[in-house]
This record gives sequence, C-alpha cells and structure tokens, in this order.
Amino acid sequence: MPDGRFGIHGGKYIPETLMRATLELEKAYKRWHRDAEFIAELDSLLNQYAGRPSRMYFAERMTADLGGARVYLKREDLNHTGSHKINNVLGQVLLAKKMGKSRIIAETGAGQHGVATATAAALMGMECEVFMGKEDTERQALNVYRMELLGTKVHAVASGTATLKDAVSATLREWAARSEDTHYCLGSVMGPHPFPTIVRDFQAVIGREIKKQMADELGRLPDAVVACVGGGSNAIGTFYDFIGDENVELIGCEAAGLGVDTPENAATIATGTVGVFHGMKSYFCQDEFGQIAPVHSISAGLDYPGIGPEHASLHDIGRARYVAVTDDEAVGAFEYLARTEGIIPAIESAHALAYVRQYAKALGAGKAIVVTLSGRGDKDVAAIARYKGVDVSE
Amino acid sequence: MSKIAQAFSDGKAFIPFVTGGDPDIETTVNLLFALQDAGANAIEIGIPFSDPVAEGPVIEAASGRALSNGCTVDKLFDMVGRIREEIMVPILFMTYYNPIFSYGTDRFLARCAQAGLDGLIVPDLPYEEREELYQPCRSHDLELISLIAPTTGERIDEIARNSSGFLYCVSSLGVTGMRSVIDDSAKKMIAQVRAVSDIPCAVGFGISTPQQAKEMVKFADGVIVGSAIVKIVAEHGKGCVKPVFQLARSIKEVL
Repeated sequence: MPDGRFGIHGGKYIPETLMRATLELEKAYKRWHRDAEFIAELDSLLNQYAGRPSRMYFAERMTADLGGARVYLKREDLNHTGSHKINNVLGQVLLAKKMGKSRIIAETGAGQHGVATATAAALMGMECEVFMGKEDTERQALNVYRMELLGTKVHAVASGTATLKDAVSATLREWAARSEDTHYCLGSVMGPHPFPTIVRDFQAVIGREIKKQMADELGRLPDAVVACVGGGSNAIGTFYDFIGDENVELIGCEAAGLGVDTPENAATIATGTVGVFHGMKSYFCQDEFGQIAPVHSISAGLDYPGIGPEHASLHDIGRARYVAVTDDEAVGAFEYLARTEGIIPAIESAHALAYVRQYAKALGAGKAIVVTLSGRGDKDVAAIARYKGVDVSE
Repeated sequence: MSKIAQAFSDGKAFIPFVTGGDPDIETTVNLLFALQDAGANAIEIGIPFSDPVAEGPVIEAASGRALSNGCTVDKLFDMVGRIREEIMVPILFMTYYNPIFSYGTDRFLARCAQAGLDGLIVPDLPYEEREELYQPCRSHDLELISLIAPTTGERIDEIARNSSGFLYCVSSLGVTGMRSVIDDSAKKMIAQVRAVSDIPCAVGFGISTPQQAKEMVKFADGVIVGSAIVKIVAEHGKGCVKPVFQLARSIKEVL
C-alpha cells in the first residue's frame, strides 16, 4: 500500500499551497522517528514529564456490579494535562524543534489538545497559537484561559458552525500562509498524509503498554479493547498493537448525539458516507451533494463530521467494529464511573464506558476487557451539571 | 487546440470568477452575460461548498450565501445548460473534490459534458492525487486544470510538462482574497514553467485592480480575478451586475 493510504482511505487532498509543508514534514518524520537520540528524548519526556507509563487499573466494583468480564481502565486521564493528547503533542513538538521550527499552531475542540499543545510549546520554548471554534471557546472558557496562562494566543473561529471542523479549516489556512517557521501540530489521526500515520505512531504507546500490563496482570491478551472515537487518536493508539492479534476485539465508540436516527449526531461510521475532506478520504457526515453536515455531540471532542482514515479502513475490512453511543448514555456512564469507582471521566471517554456497561456481561465472566479512559472529566463537570438542569457557578 | 487554450490565443486572457448561485441563480446568469460583454476570455463558476479550506473570508461568505439560498450542483448544471449557447467563452467549474466524489465522479463529469462545461479547477486535488479524476476528465473531454504555488519548487517541472489547458499560478501563499502587495514569486514560477513548457500561465489569488492585472501580464498570459468581484456581489446583492461589469471592463481594457 502506498504511504498514507489505508485501503481506499487516507491520501493527501490538500491545496497546492500546503504541499511543500506536508512533504517537508513527511521527510523529517522519516528522518527522525527511528533515530535513537529522538526516541530517547521523547521517552524521557513521556516518562519524566507526562508521567508514563499510565496506570492499568482493575475496576473491581464496576466488574462486580456488571457481572461479566473483568473491566480494566487504561488511565490516560492521569497523564500530565489530563488526557492522551500529551503523547502526540510531545512527539510532534519535539519533531518540530528538530525541523528548526519556532512556532506551533493547532486546532482544538474541547480544548484538551489545545491545552496539551500550549503545554508542550511552553516546555520547549516555542511560540504557540491555537484555533478554536467560537462556540467551543464559550463552552470551554476555562480551557481558553488555561492556554493563555501557558503563553498561547487563542483565536476564536467564527466561520461555518464555529466548532472543531471550522477550527481545523482555520488552522490549515494559517499553515498554508505560513509554514516556513511554523509546524501544524494536528491533534488526531486525521487530515492529509503524513498526519494519520505520525499521530498514530505517537499514540501507539497506549496499546503497547496495555499489552505489557495485561501480560503482567493476567499472563495473556485481553479479549476486547474499547475506546471512544472522534477523529480517533486514543482509539487507534489503543488498537494499533493489537491489529495482528485476531482474537482481540477492537471496539470504537462514536458519538450518537441525540440518536443515529436523528440529524443531531456525530456517528460517522453509522450515518456517514465515503467522501474527501480536510485532506483525507474517509467516512463523513454529509448531504447528498457532498456538503459537510453540521454534527452534534454533547462532547466537544467528538463533535467532528469525519473519522480518521485508518479507522475507516479497519471498519471496511471488519477488523474493528464501531458502535454509536448517545449523549444520554454517555452522561449515564459519566455519573456511573464517578459513583462506582470514584473516577470522573472525560465525557468523550464516557462514550466508551457506556458501551462497556452493556458489553461486559455479554462478553461473559472469565473474559477481560480494557477500556481506555482517554481523559479526566474536570473540564466537563459544569456542562454535565447544566445538562442535568443543575445551576452551578464557579 | 482545446477551447480553453484558445482563450489565450488572442492577447492576454481575463478570467473572472463568480460563486454560482450567489446571491441567486438569476443574478449569476446576469453576471455571466455581463462578464462576457466586458471581454472575459473564460469564466470560472465556483460551486459553493460548506467548508472551502483554500478560500479567504470573501469567497467563503459567498459560498454560505449561495448554499443558504438553496443552490445545488444540479441547479448549476441546469443553469450552464440553459445559457451555454449564448456564452461563447469557455466555462470552468471551480469546485472542491467532495462535491464531485460524493455525486459520483463519472455521473458528475457526464453532466458537466452534457451541460457544455469545458474544464474543472479542483483546489484540494493536488497533482500527486489527480489520477482518479484526470483520466475520467479526459474521457469526457474536460480539462482538469493544474495549480502551482510559490512553494511548489522543483515539482513545477513535472506539473508543467504534464498539464494542459492552462496553469493556474497561485500568486501568493495562504488563501484567496485581495492583497495590496503581490510579490514577484509569480514571475519566478512562470519563468520556471517556461523552461520546460509553453502551456499558458494565468495568475490568480489577490488580483483586484487594473493596475495589478497590468503588472501581472507583463510576464503572465492571463489573470484570474475572484474575490474583488465576489466582494461587489456581497455589497450590492442583485444590484451587483453593473458595478461588476465596470470592474471587469476596467481590468480587460488594460490587458
């Protein structure tokens, strides 16, 4: 398969003005990603700064309550900055530094990737600007301030639907105008080649650790690994090391919003069709004329009309399966984990937990299921309170 | 010689751009006739797209207006079919790839040919990805126009050798839109093209005044003017036809 293709998906469908920047990135990535010095520096950052390896936690009370498979939580929420996003960001900002770049730009939805990028830029002494949909800057005002605190300039993007997809478009435009000194630190396994490959490789540490930790814990592979999917970076990071292990089920949980039978959803695999957008061929929520649909999810991090091309391919070949989880189910799982295990998960991760709540019993006793807790839920508390009709002020 | 190449056979070519269906189909039709009368040598019609990543705010807003007024690609096919007999100059669609792909590439191209389109400009389909559209375009007798930019560098040689119709030379980095200063990167690009090919070169992105157009055709074979026209449409709505004609005329006169 040519570089950057995943079955029919992937590729590099971008304006000519972005070609040099992506070719330069591809070349730099080939040069550095197997370089011993680069790997040692990145490992040191991941371990000393981000707090890896992340914990594998046996959710004993959840397991007993669900009455089926043993449930393990891969605790990416315990990483520095509170989510898996730091894995990719440390890799990309270090790579940008090797490339001689002095400025980082990034998109963000909920703000997790923006905060992680702002953090890595501060750590490595880079200038940083983050593009965020105007609606999201209002939903996640604290994260905007957090980024500013870290020395990053935040641009509120008012065009289109003023959410994540518009933030991605705005960042691509900025990169087309200025790539000489600037690296685009894309936050998910999406966009034009080489991003889906680079981000996957930097997130694959999740699955490698799961494999080792389960070998230590149970002396075998898990029976299923589960993760939430927007663009799909924590999911591909979770899946990647298991793709060759045919007996391990790979399950991605998409945001069904108000339901897949309503237009108010972001469940790309369930309701989308193949298209070409934001540099890649993949599945997208779109109308009959190829206009990208406005999507909805309670989770700003899953509120995106597409999915990474490698997921699209894993779906096509049947290696992974993708299920849709509604806002209500996700909120239910958010509260459930808080009360059962004393852990408040990100609302994104709660989509994966919601499916595990159903699936643990079906999978059965004696089996083991690992769910990646991609982030912590502090950022979501106010929004969930509002969703429940509780009036909170900070 | 293809019909598009003929646009460059009689002096410097003036290629205006309008967003189809902005603010409505009827106004677009009136604009096409006005542009022809003003001396346009070819006309680009933009198919409105929800998320035009190569576009600046002016054309993005035009896309939004057209879509919210119910413009669809089917309506634009019908429109071109209706006026084709009376518009003598080549007509090209400028469209993102997804509206083609999701319509079904072959079905889309068949309708283009049936309506009498002459070519396509697809800003998010770079040379390296063009194969899946290039061959089907050939079999429907449509030109797929290649773009080059100041950052294209050594790839210009291969692109120039293997393209037809004309080369769309993006004058400056970033997105479409009017610029007060256009540097000499277009001049350098065209010199590089000339070393390997005699394909006509039209410069676009940022040209909004007769003065800028005049500067460009000292070395280019034509100019593409988009945002400056679309901005007039935004300001005047249905009343845009006369001021667009005046701008178009003033540019064509100096070429």
